[in-house]
Amino acid sequence: MPPMTDQPITAGLLRLAVEDNVLVATGPLVPGATAINGGGEMHLREAVTLGHKVAARPIAKGEKILKYGVSIGSATEDIAAGQHVHVHNMQSDYTPTHVLNETATGGRDA
Amino acid sequence: MLEGILRSDGRKGIRNTLAVAYLVECAHHVAREIVQPYRDAGAQVIGFPGCYPNAYAQTMMERLCTHPNVGAVLLISLGCESFNRFQLEKTIAATGRPVETLVIQRAGGTRATIEAGRDWVAARLPELAAAPRVPMALSELVVGTVCGGSDGTSGITGNPAVGLAFDRLVEAGATCIFEETGELIGCEGIMSARAATPELGRELTASVEKAAAYYATLGYGSFAAGNAEGGLSSIEEKSMGAYAKSGKSPISGLIKPGDIPPKGGLYLMDVVPDGEVRFGFPNISDNAEIVEMMASGAHLTLFVTARGSVVGSALAPVIKICANPETYARLTEDMDVNAGRVLSGTPLAEVGDEIFDLTLEVANGRQTASESLGHAEFILTYKSFEPIGPACLPV
Repeated sequence: MPPMTDQPITAGLLRLAVEDNVLVATGPLVPGATAINGGGEMHLREAVTLGHKVAARPIAKGEKILKYGVSIGSATEDIAAGQHVHVHNMQSDYTPTHVLNETATGGRDA
Repeated sequence: MLEGILRSDGRKGIRNTLAVAYLVECAHHVAREIVQPYRDAGAQVIGFPGCYPNAYAQTMMERLCTHPNVGAVLLISLGCESFNRFQLEKTIAATGRPVETLVIQRAGGTRATIEAGRDWVAARLPELAAAPRVPMALSELVVGTVCGGSDGTSGITGNPAVGLAFDRLVEAGATCIFEETGELIGCEGIMSARAATPELGRELTASVEKAAAYYATLGYGSFAAGNAEGGLSSIEEKSMGAYAKSGKSPISGLIKPGDIPPKGGLYLMDVVPDGEVRFGFPNISDNAEIVEMMASGAHLTLFVTARGSVVGSALAPVIKICANPETYARLTEDMDVNAGRVLSGTPLAEVGDEIFDLTLEVANGRQTASESLGHAEFILTYKSFEPIGPACLPV
């Protein structure tokens, strides 16, 4: 069960569980130092849009992506801390994810 | 305390809709034309488009035409379709509801059937509007939840807020239903641990495993391109967000579409057909899920959307909970609750309480956004199910 945010959200990045290796953007974010809700900050390497994930620490190819404290798939390449984590560098361990290339990045590159 | 309309089976309705039901696509136009002048007066179109017989569709139509929110039914048959209109009319009549069947091939064609249908509807609507209201306890309310157009905000704002509302409703004795086992893939372990009995836990796990196998055969997960646009990267990530809608209550049972939960509590609806993959995707769009919730008695549905669904439903109000604040700003008129404000500091519990309060207000007659905009979507397609096993509803 997502350990839901009992504390109000006031920062750009949200950590949903202590063991997670990804953080969630609570709004559109630009590269640079970004505050993490509950304390700390993280250097974002690229812009991400609302609801997208960034690596909280380096993630090796093949490693599980942890969000809500559980695996949501596996890294398909090495991912640096602060990088966008999405369908271009991770995949489901169940069924392939259907995307339209024109929209999959959340408009970040559009 | 709520107010409802007492039906002969003891259930109570929160609306008093006149359903005009077509029994094959060939009768759809006539049904739509009959309802057109009365859309704002309480008449709605439902129906089944197929010409071939299907036990699931028969059961669904019987449950929907005797839904507590339905006060009278007009059946529109072309005449040569396979749907058993005789059995359906008999089932409706046995509940004491006014029911009439018009057969286009016997009534003299399109124009004559529309005229006869409108006469019947016009005569019934004042009776339905005058139906007395009686006190209705929260324990008599059935609430469903679905999500559609999810994104990376759904699992943080809208879905957990509905989970909190569900917890309060279950605690007050209401019946709550969540569903879409294809969007619980990856959650089966933690979900089954909440089952009332170990045997039920095994049934819950099996229902998700069935969904995973079904979708694997189809080659797609329950995942749309817009989910990825909004930051979701895998079906298991989407699942964790969707699962949050169920809250934290123990799970009382597993039902299939059309099964009426026997008492208050939290139920999982297994929507994936049994047997080999036959008729395509389990639910081809969100409205198919809402229709199945209604067939199991849901008086209203809590619909969490993030990319921005605008739909409603024909027989039971849909409360639209918007998880994404950017979407809420763009589609405000279509939304009932702005759950996305959690991302700018509003406590989740405040949104959960708002959803709970709004659920009671809508049950007492307040129009939802989709009702006021005239949304009345309905879709029903082919499926096949086996009955649930004895472990699914522990006493």
